[in-house]
Amino acid sequence: MSLITVLLEAGAEVAKMGAGIGAGLAVIGAGIGIGGIGGRAMEAIARQPEAVGDIRSNMIIAAALVEGVAFFAIVLCLLIVFI
Amino acid sequence: MLGFKSWLKALYKFTVTGILFFVAMNPVFSEEGSLAKGKKTENQADKSFKPGEFIFEHIGDSYGWHILTWNGQEISVPLPVILFSRTKGWVVFSSAKLDHGKAMYNDFKLELEGPNKGKVVEIKKDGSQIKPLDISITKNVCAVLFSILLLLTIFLSTAKKYKSIPGQAPSGLQNALEVFIVFIRDDIAKPSIGHKYEKFMPYLLTVFFFIWFNNMLGLIPIMPGGANVTGNIAVTLVLAVFTFVITSINGNLHYWREFVDAPGVPWWLKLPIPLMPIVEISGLFIKPFVLMVRLFANMTAGHIVALGFFCLIFFFGNMNPAIGYGVSVLSVSFVIFMSLLELLVALIQAYVFTLLSALYFGMATTEHHTAEEHH
Repeated sequence: MSLITVLLEAGAEVAKMGAGIGAGLAVIGAGIGIGGIGGRAMEAIARQPEAVGDIRSNMIIAAALVEGVAFFAIVLCLLIVFI
Repeated sequence: MLGFKSWLKALYKFTVTGILFFVAMNPVFSEEGSLAKGKKTENQADKSFKPGEFIFEHIGDSYGWHILTWNGQEISVPLPVILFSRTKGWVVFSSAKLDHGKAMYNDFKLELEGPNKGKVVEIKKDGSQIKPLDISITKNVCAVLFSILLLLTIFLSTAKKYKSIPGQAPSGLQNALEVFIVFIRDDIAKPSIGHKYEKFMPYLLTVFFFIWFNNMLGLIPIMPGGANVTGNIAVTLVLAVFTFVITSINGNLHYWREFVDAPGVPWWLKLPIPLMPIVEISGLFIKPFVLMVRLFANMTAGHIVALGFFCLIFFFGNMNPAIGYGVSVLSVSFVIFMSLLELLVALIQAYVFTLLSALYFGMATTEHHTAEEHH
């Protein structure tokens, strides 16, 4: 069989690798984002320790929102693999 | 008025007793012989563990509520299947008759492959399939009804307690709930909505506790918990639609005018090609859409991770029982850790949904502040 047909036959499964790469990239993005949020929250607490309550709740909200965006990518990757 | 209240109370008690009786009696009846012997040999034939199937079975919806499989015998609660077909009208039967797609009842069967996979279809005389209108009580519907019952029990009793001891310090369940109710009022509703917050409090409280209780119930492995309600995109879709509808209905003129005429944006972005209105209107729909996907994805991902760790045990156990036992120690500890994280995520997701809904309500009802007012 020619190279093309071999590649085509392998193609359907190899396409799922795209889902894996996509999920990995999404996790990198989420990691950088939420890590940044956490780090800046620490700095803010260090600057003004009595605001720790406010800073903590705002940090959690921002982290949940960023994580929501990352989950978009996860859902799309799951769709690629299973549908 | 007194007669009506006691009638309502009696009806409520009757419904609770009825549901409990129904739930308690059914596992006994579902062990019907139907292919029990055949099932045993079948089990030995396709004993290979399929992780994908295992995970989707647990996070998906199903017509019966499977409790456990004891020695190859399945114990599950058969929930009613309610269909409306164009040829037969209303048809109601127990999901045990579907027998996981192996049996056919009255021309209806559970389709296991193809585009209608997992749904009940009607087989017509010429062999073609047609989907009837399906409003069955599936596992998720039953779980929603149970959580409604739980919410009503908790909140009605607390409301009664509030009325009976006005002005005194709270105690018991009232004490615990007051922490959350005051939190929602003072930290979510008032800062986001301003002085008109009272109109939206019922919805915010309902959505917060509904999402939180359903998230928590999804973590309990035995019935009546363990149904992945908030991980069902239809449920989160409905909640997001509620937020969207309430925002739109309560939007004042200023809110709607901002879509067409966003303040502070240069005129050439609105005319001749209305770029800003397009962006604003897509934002109008994307915000509830994101609410829906955020809750759905968070819950489903958490369940998939926990189930994935369990799958590891079976996967390695199939290769070699010793490795299986070793991996099980690791897996169970990871699952415990993930479940603790899931408890936190359950609360956080409910909080974020409620907070964002409150923010949208606030944006829809703000009064117009012109630049001159700030001097």
